[in-house]
Amino acid sequence: MAAYDTIEARRGWLLVSPTALFVLLLLAAPLATVVSFSFFTQDFLTVDYTPTLNNYREAFTDPIYRVLMLRSLWISGLVTAVTVILAFPIAYFVSFHVAPERKALWIFLITIPFWTSYLLRVFLWKVILGFNGVLNSSLLGIGLIDEPLTFILYNSNAVVITLAHAFAPFTILPIYVALEKIDRSLLEASQDLGESKVSTFFRVTLPLAMPGVVAAVLIVFIPTIGDYVTPRLVGGPNGLMIANMIQTQFLKLNNAPMGATLAVLAMCAVTIISLIFLFFNRRYLR
Amino acid sequence: MRGGWLRVYAIGYLVFLYLPVILLPLFAFNEGTVIAFPLKGFTTQWFVELAGIQALHGALLNSLFIALITASLSVLLGICAARASTRYRWPAKGPMMGVIMLPLVLPEIIVAVSLLVVIVQIFDLPLSAWSVIAGHTLICTPFAIAILTSSFQGLDLSLEEAAVDLGESRWGAFSKIVLPLVSPGIVASFLICFTISLDEFIIAFFLTGAEPTLPVYIWGQLRFPTKIPAVMALGTLMLVASLLILSVAEYFRRRGVRRIGGKDSGGFL
Repeated sequence: MAAYDTIEARRGWLLVSPTALFVLLLLAAPLATVVSFSFFTQDFLTVDYTPTLNNYREAFTDPIYRVLMLRSLWISGLVTAVTVILAFPIAYFVSFHVAPERKALWIFLITIPFWTSYLLRVFLWKVILGFNGVLNSSLLGIGLIDEPLTFILYNSNAVVITLAHAFAPFTILPIYVALEKIDRSLLEASQDLGESKVSTFFRVTLPLAMPGVVAAVLIVFIPTIGDYVTPRLVGGPNGLMIANMIQTQFLKLNNAPMGATLAVLAMCAVTIISLIFLFFNRRYLR
Repeated sequence: MRGGWLRVYAIGYLVFLYLPVILLPLFAFNEGTVIAFPLKGFTTQWFVELAGIQALHGALLNSLFIALITASLSVLLGICAARASTRYRWPAKGPMMGVIMLPLVLPEIIVAVSLLVVIVQIFDLPLSAWSVIAGHTLICTPFAIAILTSSFQGLDLSLEEAAVDLGESRWGAFSKIVLPLVSPGIVASFLICFTISLDEFIIAFFLTGAEPTLPVYIWGQLRFPTKIPAVMALGTLMLVASLLILSVAEYFRRRGVRRIGGKDSGGFL
């Protein structure tokens, strides 16, 4: 236990206290309220405050919740895998092959699309992927396909494509930062000692970049589970996710306790999966 | 040419990134009322139409108000936390900063429903611009802290100590030495918080009251095919505005990096 200078400690606490209070009041307390609400039940127009596990029982037995939850985890996992695998080569390219004075420009280019209205980006993916959409009409135009592709809109594929686009900068940046930190002489040393370029990549570069990859995975995986815009706009009936159900419970069915239960379950599921993921990658994070 | 096939891949990836962004102005200036190819003629009528929609102006003013307050609050809270974590050593710093940065990785819908439950179910208050501000400040503060922390970290502590040794009070040293040195970081974080709040939909949709924010208004319009071209024009204007704001933010960030004599590592976030 490190010893703290009392004056310094007091000043530090005093200075951080406005932010800390704000977060405790507006985040910690509301989160605790949501957790307690998940044990109540909606009794027509009023909330019945008798604690019960009924909501959880319903959430685990009613197939619709189970289907939505499993599908959300599956889609989020898929989005994460696709986004990170697509993003890694870009981060690698910018870090290792772009001249130092042009790196900032590349990073700027990568982040610009991210500042277009999120709703409109999702909507435009609908336009691109649709039956008469940009992609189909161009592919038909150059004669690559004979009839419009239908497997790319109103299903989970469309959700994966759209979210992989939405989270691109969030994955590229942490991986890029991790790659930038790698001491280039280590790579030379590896090759001087007889490793090939490929084995140098897998035995030196990749393990050293893993902290960035782990951060990227968590930054994509955790928020995707809470997205209801993309599934609603491009997902079709079979692409809806748990967040759509949470939104419906709160805003349409007026059943806040059930919505709270689903929110808590979604949060727990993501946390557990993230912790397992961190556990398996712990040796890279020391 | 360096990079070979990686460069080809990178350019292909940029095309993927820019595909929706390029379509936005294309359809905004397209004469046809259907959002599909082939494009008809060139027109600016959708931009003219925007000027006549009263509901839109209300939503825009509401969003600007929310973004302004959110950015100011986030930067103030961000300065406190960033300064406390870089300048002082205090117990439980790691866990406390972890909790403060938590909204960065929390699904936004969780932030939205937790505030909704407290405001509506517990306190039975009406939703308003202030409930959206509460939610937005929560998610923007970590961004402000991330940017400000790097500004504060680059500071040379001896400058401040020199000012105190020469007779300044601690507050005087902070306001006359530290604040001017980190001011580019403050401007940059303010502009980024402003932009995030202006574009945020998931939280705003839950917490907005009778007066919608701009994204909530757009969401309502997306259901009506005839309204889409005007929405495209609106989106184009918003994109241009965001890019202007971010260019200014990037300019200040770079000036800040130069001022404290650091090396530019490129880009925000």
